[in-house]
This record gives sequence, structure tokens and C-alpha cells, in this order.
Amino acid sequence: MKKSHHRFYGHGIPRVKPEDLGGKLIVVEGADGSGRSTQIAELVNWLETSGRPTVQVGLKRSTLVSEELEQAQDGNVLSRTTLSLFYATDFADQLENIILPALRAGFIVLSDRYIYTLMARDMVRGMDSKWLKNLYGIAPVPDAVFYLSVEPEELVQRNLSKKATLDYWESGMDLGLSREVFDSFLKYQGAMGEAFRQLQKDYKFEIIDANRSVNCVNKELRKKIGAVIASE
Amino acid sequence: MKTFAELHFPGRLIAVEGLDGSGKSTQIYLLKRWLEAEGIKVYFSEWNSSELVKSATSKGKKRELLTPTTFSLIHATDFADRYERHLVPLLRAGYIVLCDRYVFTAFARDVTRGCPPEWVRGNYSFAAQPDLTMFFKADLEVSLNRILEGRPKLKFFEAGMDLRLSTDPYESFKIFQGRILEQYMAMSKEFNFVTMDANENVEKQQVIVRKLVSERIDLKKFKRRSPLPLPPALAANREEEKEIEEDKAA
Repeated sequence: MKKSHHRFYGHGIPRVKPEDLGGKLIVVEGADGSGRSTQIAELVNWLETSGRPTVQVGLKRSTLVSEELEQAQDGNVLSRTTLSLFYATDFADQLENIILPALRAGFIVLSDRYIYTLMARDMVRGMDSKWLKNLYGIAPVPDAVFYLSVEPEELVQRNLSKKATLDYWESGMDLGLSREVFDSFLKYQGAMGEAFRQLQKDYKFEIIDANRSVNCVNKELRKKIGAVIASE
Repeated sequence: MKTFAELHFPGRLIAVEGLDGSGKSTQIYLLKRWLEAEGIKVYFSEWNSSELVKSATSKGKKRELLTPTTFSLIHATDFADRYERHLVPLLRAGYIVLCDRYVFTAFARDVTRGCPPEWVRGNYSFAAQPDLTMFFKADLEVSLNRILEGRPKLKFFEAGMDLRLSTDPYESFKIFQGRILEQYMAMSKEFNFVTMDANENVEKQQVIVRKLVSERIDLKKFKRRSPLPLPPALAANREEEKEIEEDKAA
């Protein structure tokens, strides 16, 4: 058997050898309204119909802490470091219970957001990037990361047309950037875009122009993912 | 790692560390009672006690869902919650904060479970160093007897069963505690632990604890300016009780 291409960003997970991992880990990143979920649903459909076993993961979906995390967020009662570590726990639980077993079994793992969103959110809130880098040294390096980039002005339109309101956290209302959610959303998404560009230098992801139509973006993603899968 | 004093906090933090059954909780409780009686602003915080995180932790433990990594992270979350919401504001307000276990518990346990030391320490690097850390060192046999006598049923994670050291919980517990003790000893110098002889009797230890605390910390600076007024309802009750007592006496 040939050697696995997988490795961890940092210390990794105790007793997990990257050489035991197969499969592919593919990440789609982007703000709410960037079309992430739609794209992932399309990709799963495409992969499964072409006979590829696929597993999906995403933020706040762990058995261990997702409920508690949701509650804490609703009340907005946790301080910054606490919330950050709570999210890291949620990520680690899915990593060990879903992502790593799936990779061991040779599945394709599609991750709806990954450590980059978590890091970007914390960076915007003034957390130390060295601290974050150490914390997320547990994460395996994905085979491909696609960041769906959409202008904040376009994100506003998409979010409003879908839900007729802007989400408290996606608007960064906890930061006190503006008392008005509309202004806060634009400022916050601008800052998040900046944080992603910062992270891109270290973590090398592909930026996909997602201001375009769903089909157009999906075509590009399929082509790129197809190439990643073919490179076995 | 700087202490709270070095960071110019008006308050001071005292931590106790040691194995389960080392008697540290009794000692810090008695210390708390003394400080309270002296009219000092004091707050006590226990490891693994944050309300918000607790339900997740107990679910994880009960269902044996935790891995070394999630075990470490969920305890770090719990600690961060207490640190940011209680410890830091209280220390800013000039309290003496007593901690039954501090980050060193994580350093010892998580590393024993196989987490990389640099990773664990990095995660806790937001926390300042205590102004005084007392390490209660009992002979391993003494600690084991104290725990194993009183509480015959050991919990899964407490016994380190997740490490598969032995299929017998008692045997596993012994090996696990022995390894944690080694970790504590290895960092004792680095973090300025004051080692307390926990084989000594409880009263004698407490005398030493109080002496040490009053030598290290200028306690009169931490006194409340005036006794706290009782909440109205309680105050009324007290008055009533007094009257009743007086009536009885008469």
C-alpha cells in the first residue's frame, strides 16, 4: 500500500497516525449566503451518484456539545475564550468520531466550514492567532479548501431575500460595531473577508468567486474536486 | 507565565493541587473559613464546576464519549468560563481567589492521557500563574487508600479506564494516579509549587497553610472595608430570632 498523503497542521490527535488515513477531505468555506450549503448538497449528490461514499460534517453538529453550544450562544453568555474552546470541542468531537473514521475507511469527507471560519471569527474578535494556530494543530490538512467569496453587499441581499432578517452572530452584533444590524453586518463581513485573506497566506485555500450563479460555481467546484479525487 | 501580582491585579490567587485523596480540598476549605472569619474578601472556585459546560461534560463522561483531546478541550472550556466570568473580575476587584485545582491539573492529566504537553499548555496560555500554588504530596498508597476505602465504585474516566491500562478499575486507577503524580513532580520546580506534606495530620497541615498564606500575602490589604450588610429579609429574621431568644431568657 502506498503512503498516505495526509498530515496534521500541528500536534494532531494522540495515537492517530496520518499514514492510516485514506480518502479525501474537502472543505467548503464561506459566509452565510455564499451558497455553501447549496453547493455541498449538489456535490454530495454528484459524488454519490458517481459511486463515491461521502460523509458530511459541519460546525455545531457534534453529539458531545452541539446542544449546549446552541444554548450558550442563544443567551450570549459565554466570554470569548470560552466560546472559542467550546467550538474547538465541537470540532474535535466530530473530527474523532466522524472525519477520521471516514478517512480511514477511504470515504470522501465534505466539510461545511472548517477550522478557518472558527479562526477568522476569533481573529476578528481580537484573539491571538498564535494561540489559535496551536489549538487547531489537531486538524488534518484537507486535500482541498474552497472559499466561496461573495461581496458583503451581495451577502446582505441574499440573506434578506431568504430570511428577511440578518442573523445576530453573522452580523457580529456582539462586537458593537454599530447599533444597526445592517451596518454591523457589512462591517463584520468585510472584517471576516479580511481575516480569511490573512489566513489564506498560511493555509492556502482556493478562492472561488461565488458572486456568480449556483450552476456556474458548481461546475468549477466539480472540475477542481474531480482533479483532486483523480490524483490518488 | 506571570503571576497575578506581576500583572498588577489587585487580587491574589491561591491554588491547591494534588492527587485525588491528597486532602487538598479539606485544606483549602479550612483556609477559606479562616479568611472569611478574618473579614477578607474571598472567593472559592472548584475545578469542573462551570454551570454552562457541566451538562456537556457529564454527558460525555456518562456515555464515555470523551477522547483525550475532547476531554482536554471540554475541561479547558470549563476553566475558561470560570476564568473569564468569575476569576478575572474578582481579581480585578481585589479578592483573594482560592482554586481547588488550576491549570496544572490539566497539564498533569491530559499529558498522562497522551496529549502533547505544548498543545495543552498553549491552550491554557490565557491563564496567569497563581500567586501561590500548594502541592499536597501524599504517598501514593495513602492517597489510594483514602479514595478506595471511602468510595468503592470508581468512575470510568476517574480510574483512567479510557487509557486501557488494566481491565480492573482499581488497578487502572493506581497506575493512572502514579503517572499523574510523576507529571506533577516534573513540573513542580518550573511553576514554583510549594510542596506540602499531606501525610501529616489535617490540623497540623492547616497551621502550616495559614502561616504560609499570611507570610506570602499581606492579608490586611484584602479586608472588606465594612461588614457586608445582610439582605433585608435575613436581617429581619435575625432581629426576630433575637427577640425570641430574649423572650425565652426573660
